[in-house]
Amino acid sequence: MTESSELTEQPLDLLYSETEDDLRAAVRALLADRAGHQALLGRIETDSPYVPGLWKSLAGDIGVAGLLVPEKLGGQGASHREAAVVLEELGRAVTPMPYLTSAVVATETLLALEGENDAAAGLLADLAGGRTVVALAVPLSTAPDAELPLGERVAAVADATAADAFLVLRADGLYAVPADEATVEPQTPLDLTRPLAAVTTGAGSGARLAGPGPARAAVRRGLLAGAGLLASEQLGLAEWCLEETVRHTRERHQFNRPVGSFQALKHRMAQLWLDLVGARAAARAAADALATGSADAPLIVAVAQAYCSRTAVRAAEECVQLHGGIGMTWEHPAHLALKRAKSDQIALGSTGRHQDAIAALVGLAPPA
Amino acid sequence: MTDAEELRVRTRKLLDEHPPATTDRTDFLRARFDAGLAWVHYPVGLGGLDAPRALQTVVDAELAAAGAPDNDPRKIGIGLGMAAPTVLAHGTDEVRRRFLRPLWVGEEVWCQLFSEPGAGSDLAALATRAVRDGEDWVVDGQKVWTSSAHTARWAILIARTDPDAPKHRGITYFVCDMTDPGVEVRPLRQITGEAEFNEVFLTGVRIPDAHRLGEVGDGWRVAQTTLMNERVSIGGARIPREGGMIGKVATTWRERPGLRTHELHRRLLDHWVDAEVARLAGERLRQQLVAGRPGPEGSAMKLAFARLNQAISGLEVELLGDEGLLYGEWEMRRPELVDFTGRDAGYRYLRSKGNSIEGGTSEVLLNIVAERVLGLPPEPRNDKDVAWKDLAR
Repeated sequence: MTESSELTEQPLDLLYSETEDDLRAAVRALLADRAGHQALLGRIETDSPYVPGLWKSLAGDIGVAGLLVPEKLGGQGASHREAAVVLEELGRAVTPMPYLTSAVVATETLLALEGENDAAAGLLADLAGGRTVVALAVPLSTAPDAELPLGERVAAVADATAADAFLVLRADGLYAVPADEATVEPQTPLDLTRPLAAVTTGAGSGARLAGPGPARAAVRRGLLAGAGLLASEQLGLAEWCLEETVRHTRERHQFNRPVGSFQALKHRMAQLWLDLVGARAAARAAADALATGSADAPLIVAVAQAYCSRTAVRAAEECVQLHGGIGMTWEHPAHLALKRAKSDQIALGSTGRHQDAIAALVGLAPPA
Repeated sequence: MTDAEELRVRTRKLLDEHPPATTDRTDFLRARFDAGLAWVHYPVGLGGLDAPRALQTVVDAELAAAGAPDNDPRKIGIGLGMAAPTVLAHGTDEVRRRFLRPLWVGEEVWCQLFSEPGAGSDLAALATRAVRDGEDWVVDGQKVWTSSAHTARWAILIARTDPDAPKHRGITYFVCDMTDPGVEVRPLRQITGEAEFNEVFLTGVRIPDAHRLGEVGDGWRVAQTTLMNERVSIGGARIPREGGMIGKVATTWRERPGLRTHELHRRLLDHWVDAEVARLAGERLRQQLVAGRPGPEGSAMKLAFARLNQAISGLEVELLGDEGLLYGEWEMRRPELVDFTGRDAGYRYLRSKGNSIEGGTSEVLLNIVAERVLGLPPEPRNDKDVAWKDLAR
């Protein structure tokens, strides 16, 4: 028999619970109130696109920073399923927010070290309370199964300018380095809502959290959770793109009809909706597989990434095209979604990398 | 309200009173129907118990574990999936009692006389005429793409009863006796070489008025019950990972390294991802149905599988190279069951071309998604308020 048929199929819960729906409503209301697209357009060319006070409201008041962290470590004791719902909303609103980077990737990395080290536990408690923002010092493009960088200078680290500390992988293990001991050089990102910077940390700076073996495993686990939940961000973003496009084409008249009544346009939007049906199933599957610690998680995460990356980019591209001229302007928020979607396509592993991972996991080897 | 435990008790009682090992298959199925365990969401007395549909799985699991025979639903899909819901929703008590039991048991096969050579996507333009004659209707016309017509005892039929009304308003829905001497069935050969379907010629076919479903002129609305259920039944099945066509091509890929190329590898992985996501979407739809929260996602499944099946089977023919040049056999056969994945890659490639045509073309389904799910405005149309007889043909 083949490898794939040996993989036992986990019973995945692909629906949303009532708690998850409530959490979504709370996050959506907060973002609509404080971080609308027009507010973002006014901030993205300033020194910091992050809306002041928003992280405190979301992380502290609603308590989303500690969703992955067990209650005994100061968190909410929820799971990846709830964090995924938060990311759907952050994707919808294209909110600049160190959530995926800090509350998912860095937090999951530290969770993998639970019991290894008291410093990790302390950092987790601060993360869970929303008091500290931590970024894993790897390029945003790093896939869960990629070769991990060990140099002193790491470029394209996401949300580095918002971080209070960095997790730095070195040959001898994983270090926590306070931001004031690091040099952070902002870069100009394609996606202005997710700031990137080169982070340089001197050898020997910071405190060692784990030795080389556990460190690599922990970082991979952090990146896997990040990749799996990025699918939910992409889903939310794609949903917003389709909704805005439908709204626009119902209202916009040319040739004495709403342009949305032309079959050529309707079919494109209907096709996008079909892709979203798939993306929602894939993103939910990834979140549930991570939440339950399923052995299938690496495969399902790769599937969700390969699919949702493509869906988000196409939704954003269609959003620009079907808006016509207005979609090409800076004042319309479609470009925020396009730039986020295109950047997300590379983030945490490109489609090709995820497909290569799938090929290896299910035994579909390339030609010799 | 019937709960799972009560259903288990009833099922065990059925098994005690009619042990499958020593009971004739038809007798067992009749007893199951009479016990209300055929389709539990149907009314009491018509094979059901007015129970939630999701509880059917409880009964099915008990019966399967006891080795009880089933009604071979694949062979009577049109009866179960289309005729039965329509008879239930629109038939008189007498009609429901006459038809539902032999339909479910499989003693009487049903077919569907809807599509016509001149009425495919525009089904409401159909031209088969039904004219009132005393207590009967007399039907003349031609239907096409009728599976099981050669084995069917009954048909659901829509025909035009008022040519002066606009097309949607002049249609009436009937149950047609396929043994009427005016019914002639001819096989319709497809591009695969087989004939799964038939053409049906109706010449002076007499239908008693008692076999009309719904009001005269209300047949289009009645037909919506049938067509809604058709799409549910096509999209509703549960599939294991690598089930369906992707499993065939993945197996070939693993077993025959000599056929591999880089370009095919990339496409295979694209399709593998799409197939796995479609499987998850189908599973999500199933969970929504079980939770009593059906969404519009069902129409997405048929569209997704049509596109996938075509893409994957096309890839498979290419992958096979020299063998892809060959075809099993072209001899005309009349298969008893529709078979999408059986036979060879060439057959799968050709048969899957029908997936985006049968049961609503993908183009029409995209219109439906756009208008009913997304709420986009309809195309302007010029056929709604014109008498059927004045439409261009």
